[in-house]
Amino acid sequence: MSSTITPAKNRQDSETASAVDSFSSPELLQWKATAIAAEQALPGLFSGEFVQETLALTQRLFIQLQRRPSTLIAGIIQPLMWLILFGALFQNIPEGLFGESQNYGQFLGAGIIVFTAFAGALNAGLPVMFDREFGFLNRLLVAPLASRFSIVVASALFIAAMSFVQTASIVGVSAFLGAGLPSVSGLALMALIVFTLVLGVTALSLGLAFALPGHIELIAVIFVTNLPLLFSSTALVPISFMPRWLQVVASLNPLSYAIEPIRYLYLHERWSLDSPVLQAPWGSVSLGASLAVLVGFSAIALVLIQPLLRRRIA
Amino acid sequence: MSPAVKIQDLQKRYGSLVAVKNVSLTIESGEIFGLLGPNGAGKTTTIRCLCTLTKPDAGVLEVNGTSVLERPRLARQYLGYIAQEVALDKVLTGRELLQLQAALYHMPAKVAKARIAQMLSLLEIEAYADQKTGTYSGGLRKRLDLAAGLLHQPDVLVLDEPTAGLDIESRSAVWQFLRQLRAAGTTVLITSHYLEEIDALADRVAIIDRGEVIATGTPSDLKNKVGGDRITLRIHEFTPIDEAESARAMLEPLGFVQEVIVNTAQGNSLNLVVDSQSDALLSVQQALKQANIPIFGISQARPSLDDVYLAATGRNLIDAELAALDSRDLKAERKQQMKGIS
Repeated sequence: MSSTITPAKNRQDSETASAVDSFSSPELLQWKATAIAAEQALPGLFSGEFVQETLALTQRLFIQLQRRPSTLIAGIIQPLMWLILFGALFQNIPEGLFGESQNYGQFLGAGIIVFTAFAGALNAGLPVMFDREFGFLNRLLVAPLASRFSIVVASALFIAAMSFVQTASIVGVSAFLGAGLPSVSGLALMALIVFTLVLGVTALSLGLAFALPGHIELIAVIFVTNLPLLFSSTALVPISFMPRWLQVVASLNPLSYAIEPIRYLYLHERWSLDSPVLQAPWGSVSLGASLAVLVGFSAIALVLIQPLLRRRIA
Repeated sequence: MSPAVKIQDLQKRYGSLVAVKNVSLTIESGEIFGLLGPNGAGKTTTIRCLCTLTKPDAGVLEVNGTSVLERPRLARQYLGYIAQEVALDKVLTGRELLQLQAALYHMPAKVAKARIAQMLSLLEIEAYADQKTGTYSGGLRKRLDLAAGLLHQPDVLVLDEPTAGLDIESRSAVWQFLRQLRAAGTTVLITSHYLEEIDALADRVAIIDRGEVIATGTPSDLKNKVGGDRITLRIHEFTPIDEAESARAMLEPLGFVQEVIVNTAQGNSLNLVVDSQSDALLSVQQALKQANIPIFGISQARPSLDDVYLAATGRNLIDAELAALDSRDLKAERKQQMKGIS
């Protein structure tokens, strides 16, 4: 092979100055100068750079979904199966046992909405972990991202959009099964609740994707978190059904703080931040307090994962 | 003017495994610099530290005079990194991958569009640009990876084993491309465990062994330092060992012959190290004629980088590779690296 290669020492580059033109352009050089100047000004979380990288990363996720729609299809079918099968299981339970709800189907809807969004967000770390294992994440990590939170926000936006589609289908089918519909303002608040929960859980999942050794470990964590959090929340039965210790656990479970407000919105056309939504062992929790707990949960999650995102050099 | 890359006293260990013991390098602007060493010598860890993927335990890392550890984002703007294994999203098309890459470097849409067209044409990917990367061949994947790494016009392009696993044609295409890149003013840092690759490409080379730099210089300087020429002699196509040994006994006392080795792996051919003088080949031929020893084939060569490595470490690269393979637990190392990076 070496016979066809000119040795380094007496190599004469046949390429001339025209090579420079094909490798660059005045526009590019100008951009580069401004990019370096901008980098020296340290763009932060609210910069145009952050928006640009976040949107590009979100777009990638949507292109993947468009070309591989099976996750979305399964993601819509699965909660509906829950709703129909689980709802039928407890269909004949006497009225009045599930608080104000007229039937179990109506009671269950809020639980399924929140659990579906939660499960989707919990899995958000998996694609990032696979990117890491295949080396694609290195592409992102060697790029001068304004902040690695763009990876988190992109995933959260994508999962939130998925959750909205899933929620809409659950709300629609529930209405068909006789659960009724929340008011328009109720639906808007529902969307806000789902988004806040998704943001926090996505952040935790991505933190794990950066911290754990590999996808096997991540799947294990998802496995032991998923169903226990469902069963220790108020998704399937009202808190008054539970033994005392489980009431305490359920009142510490962030999912309950998303489920109960949505359940309340289903039953009450008029709501205010003072509306009592959850009867915790230590007293009644208002809608406003529930929202505060959710926002606090997401904020803590985002702060907690910051050092994990920076563990390589920030 | 500060050098393109400055690495000083770099150290990195993963648990009990010392990946980089002490590496110092200075790479001047506009040169192709080769990092040569067997697998496991610390090449990849060194460039991962430089490209902000791994945090070193100690040492100074600078690109264009900017500290990589203090201003990582600015350093990332200056650097382009091409990993050994091409990582593409197989669902995206080549063009979509480059668009993502452009956004990660915050290029405005107009600049990005023109630049993507330029890189697609330069690397001859246009015809495949709108196909999913999952359908690409190995050589095409590497070209797209090069286009992505060069999209933001880095001052320093860092390539980890750029031609490992490529077919010969793709390999020489990559070499040719890197030479053009240098001609256009880009500094190139490559790691390789292929001698020919470094010999063909690199203006300067650092030979790295067990986490330490053991020699630095231009390939020809390094070879000259080892000194002497190599003569390979075959008496027959397959020489009986006693004939080879008697020829060795006859040649060894000659004044200009430094060393004679019978290479049993190559049909008992004789490998001679001789003083660099123009008539060495002729003198050997004459001596053989006088002793009535036939010649099947004879050739003379300057020392190779392998000889440089051999002189510095007492073993040649292939032996080092084999030894490294025996003592290495690749799976555990990968795991360590994933933990370490993170």
